Amino acid sequence: MVSLWFWIVAAMVATYVVLDGFDLGAGAIYLIAAKTNEERRRVLRAIGPVWDGNEVWLLAAGGILYFAFPQLYASSFSGFYLPLTIVLWLLILRGIGIEFRAHIETPIWQDFFDVVFSVSSILLAVFFGAALGNVVRGVPLDVTGYFFEPLWTNFKLGPQTGILDWYTVLTGVMALVTLTAHGSYYVALKTDADLGRRARGFALLCWPLQFFLTCISMVATYFIRPEIMGNYERHPIGLLIPIVVILSLAMMLWANPKGKEKLAFIASSLYLAFMLVGAAFALYPVVLPARDHQYDLTIYNTAASIHGLSVGLVWWTLSAMLAVGYFVFVYRMFRGKVQLGEGHY
Amino acid sequence: MDSALFVHRLHFAFTATFHYLFPQLTMGLALLIVVLKTIGLRRNDPVYHEAARFWGRIFGINFVLGVVTGIPMEFQFGTNWSHFSRFAGGVIGQTLGMEGMFAFFLESAFLGLFLYGEKRLSARAHWLSAVAVFVGSWLSGYFIIATDAFMQHPVGYFTASDGSLQLSGFWDFVLNPWAGWQYAHNMSGAAITGAFIMTAVGAFYLLSGKWTTHGRIFVKAGVIVGCVFSVLQIFPTGDRQGKMVSDQQPVTLAAMEGLFQGQTGAPLVIVGQPDEKEGKIDNPIEVPGMLSMLTYKRWNANVRGLDAFPRQDWPDNIPLLYYSYHIMVGLGTFFVAVMVVSLFLLWRGKLFNARWMLWILMLAAPFPYIANTAGWMTAELGRQPWLVYGLMRTEAGYSTMVSAGNGMFTLLGFMGIYMVLGILGLFLIRREIENGPLAGTGFASNLHPEVK
Ligand code: HDD
Ligand code: HEM
Ligand code: HEM
Repeated sequence: MVSLWFWIVAAMVATYVVLDGFDLGAGAIYLIAAKTNEERRRVLRAIGPVWDGNEVWLLAAGGILYFAFPQLYASSFSGFYLPLTIVLWLLILRGIGIEFRAHIETPIWQDFFDVVFSVSSILLAVFFGAALGNVVRGVPLDVTGYFFEPLWTNFKLGPQTGILDWYTVLTGVMALVTLTAHGSYYVALKTDADLGRRARGFALLCWPLQFFLTCISMVATYFIRPEIMGNYERHPIGLLIPIVVILSLAMMLWANPKGKEKLAFIASSLYLAFMLVGAAFALYPVVLPARDHQYDLTIYNTAASIHGLSVGLVWWTLSAMLAVGYFVFVYRMFRGKVQLGEGHY
Repeated sequence: MDSALFVHRLHFAFTATFHYLFPQLTMGLALLIVVLKTIGLRRNDPVYHEAARFWGRIFGINFVLGVVTGIPMEFQFGTNWSHFSRFAGGVIGQTLGMEGMFAFFLESAFLGLFLYGEKRLSARAHWLSAVAVFVGSWLSGYFIIATDAFMQHPVGYFTASDGSLQLSGFWDFVLNPWAGWQYAHNMSGAAITGAFIMTAVGAFYLLSGKWTTHGRIFVKAGVIVGCVFSVLQIFPTGDRQGKMVSDQQPVTLAAMEGLFQGQTGAPLVIVGQPDEKEGKIDNPIEVPGMLSMLTYKRWNANVRGLDAFPRQDWPDNIPLLYYSYHIMVGLGTFFVAVMVVSLFLLWRGKLFNARWMLWILMLAAPFPYIANTAGWMTAELGRQPWLVYGLMRTEAGYSTMVSAGNGMFTLLGFMGIYMVLGILGLFLIRREIENGPLAGTGFASNLHPEVK
């Protein structure tokens, strides 16, 4: 039961990253790729009807984490107090950047919100990557089951770590690159003409970087936490995960120049999802590793009671089916390329 | 007072109070938009669809602010109240998880359709998306109220071996009797906000002689809905809330009423300032025996005062609690008076020309916000010194590893950002009101300014 909830949370986080990832990526390329006002409106139009729904996956994943592993929620949210608060501020800025820009048609107003939207998207991508890096690297938990991390200490991996050190900066940059690519594929899929071409060009530029950073980060992870390979050795079936990652990278490289936008976007989604699943697989059953392993938080010492978890499974299944239903419906309603002039909207 | 504790409390109080300014209008307007859409669909009258679209635009702005201020709320249980989360998460995680899964998905998915999809959907499907937004926002209200109700009156839990609370009875917890009346009272309060805002905009249009067709619709819908809910707000819901408090939290009731000494035939204080040191009310204007009557339905019943309880169980901010409660009740009485008179004038066909009444209706717009905020302050201050009533004290629940300095940093950050958000929100809503119900004819989308 407890393991099941581990995988449910992991799946919800992966869904969030795949869905909101393209909003963030679109934000990252927004200022450069979309040059005219019309193109910018197209990008916003492509994410406008869905970004809030995508963000709900973060909230829902948070809610489910709270429900299933309250202890983990308590420790990690208070320990990551500063970066999480900054993430909240960035989420606020991104939301109003998207929604308030179009209300007034003066260039100054719009330029301002363009920058707010794009910069907050870029920083969010970096912070999410750094957060993942922190979880993989481990945090200074002690016997109380709590910790507190400042934003940075000396950028080394000593006993007193900060949120940012060379490893988490690496994962942050990697997240930015992958999400930029992901967003570019989405924009390419949803728009045409110059904008679509430019988005495809961006994705093409990102690919070598993405490939290079994927390799580096794997090596770096192995270097700082060799025990991470344990689960792969015990359950070789897990090796399918890196294989899917590599295949999806290859598929992006192949599909993008051919103009197969949908395929490239699917490949990028697979890549993101399987990178995360790979990390979850490597950690399991640890959910928040400590620098000193005797204080690791695992699914067993953080979960809610079995009774609560079983009851939750009933409503979770029902609500997840409903949620997926709404998403399929909404994405179908807004499918196809964005056409501003068309009297459809 | 330990300063880190104080910072964390202020942090939560500030962000919660600010957040709740938006959902109350969201939930109230969601109901009113469904009303407008339904009339529009039945009578096939485009004016009602225009009205719904206009309120949809305001709803959209307000909703964004509700969303961006709501996300910090959920996070704060972990960031600022981690010991509380560890203690109670096994139970309240149920409702918080369900809120995300059932309510937020529904609301956000269909709001996109409602705002952007009018041209793509049939009239009936568009009406359905409005209903879905309404159901989603009211469901969200229920789950969060059930969470709060557990903190006021914990049920359906057991204490596990590690000292944390865990779920024992799902239905006991979700159908907490406290949650039922609290929900009814709170949602009625949200409907009041929606109705007063709609009425005020309508009154503004009528007074300035612009868009009078729409202005009449707004005033009419607002006054009818507002009158119904103003009455429901006091009776039965407010009355039942008071009854629950007097049964389950008698010390809270004594503090709310400023009753320092218990007595038979306790009076109801209408005006007066509590003096905590002396343990009395200054220059009181009282209705003799009324408090006994309201609580126990007998004029001479004995009501326990603060003196019946140990000092360390008293709510720690009695004056603020007392004022919050009296402001809420005072405004509740005022709302009924205003709405009953307006409804009478409407019935006689005189309201649209009674400029004095329209002025009152227009200027009344901020008061429901004050009443709702005061109501929450009553509930939350009245719960003190408990975080989970009778089980965990507030000082045991905050994040001890987050220092006062770090808490202050983020609190100041939120204050700054929220101030900007508030100004932006007011500015944009004012603009929508000025542009009027016909702006962007045929297009509900805010990302479509070129067709204005
Ligand atoms: C438009 C807003 C509004 C108005 C006019 C009133 N209330 Fe209220 N009241 C609320 C909005 C509200 C609220 C915001 O909805 C609260 C806060 C917590 C809650 O669940 O409801 C609340 C709480 C609340 C509580 C506290 C419950 C607790 O301690 O947990 C009591 C006893 C009452 N109300 C009673 C009344 C009475 C007797 C009113 C009669 C005039 C009244 N309220 C008018
Ligand atoms: C239903 C959802 C809510 C929940 C679960 C909730 C929960 C909490 C928690 C955990 C605290 C901090 C601990 C404490 O000081 O007691 C708190 C304090 C507070 N909340 Fe709420 N709250 C909710 C809604 C609101 C709303 C809507 C408002 C205001 C409009 C509000 C006003 C306050 C205030 C003023 C305090 C500070 C009390 C004090 O520290 O003395 N709350 N609440
Ligand atoms: C501590 C308490 C609270 C938490 C944790 C919380 C959490 C949230 C979150 C995360 C959102 C954004 C949802 C989205 O993205 O769609 C939100 C919005 C919302 N909240 Fe709260 N909230 C709290 C208090 C309240 C209260 C007291 C109510 C009303 C009874 C309420 C009603 C709503 C509604 C209706 C929305 C929809 C958006 C909007 O109204 O603007 N919330 N809340």
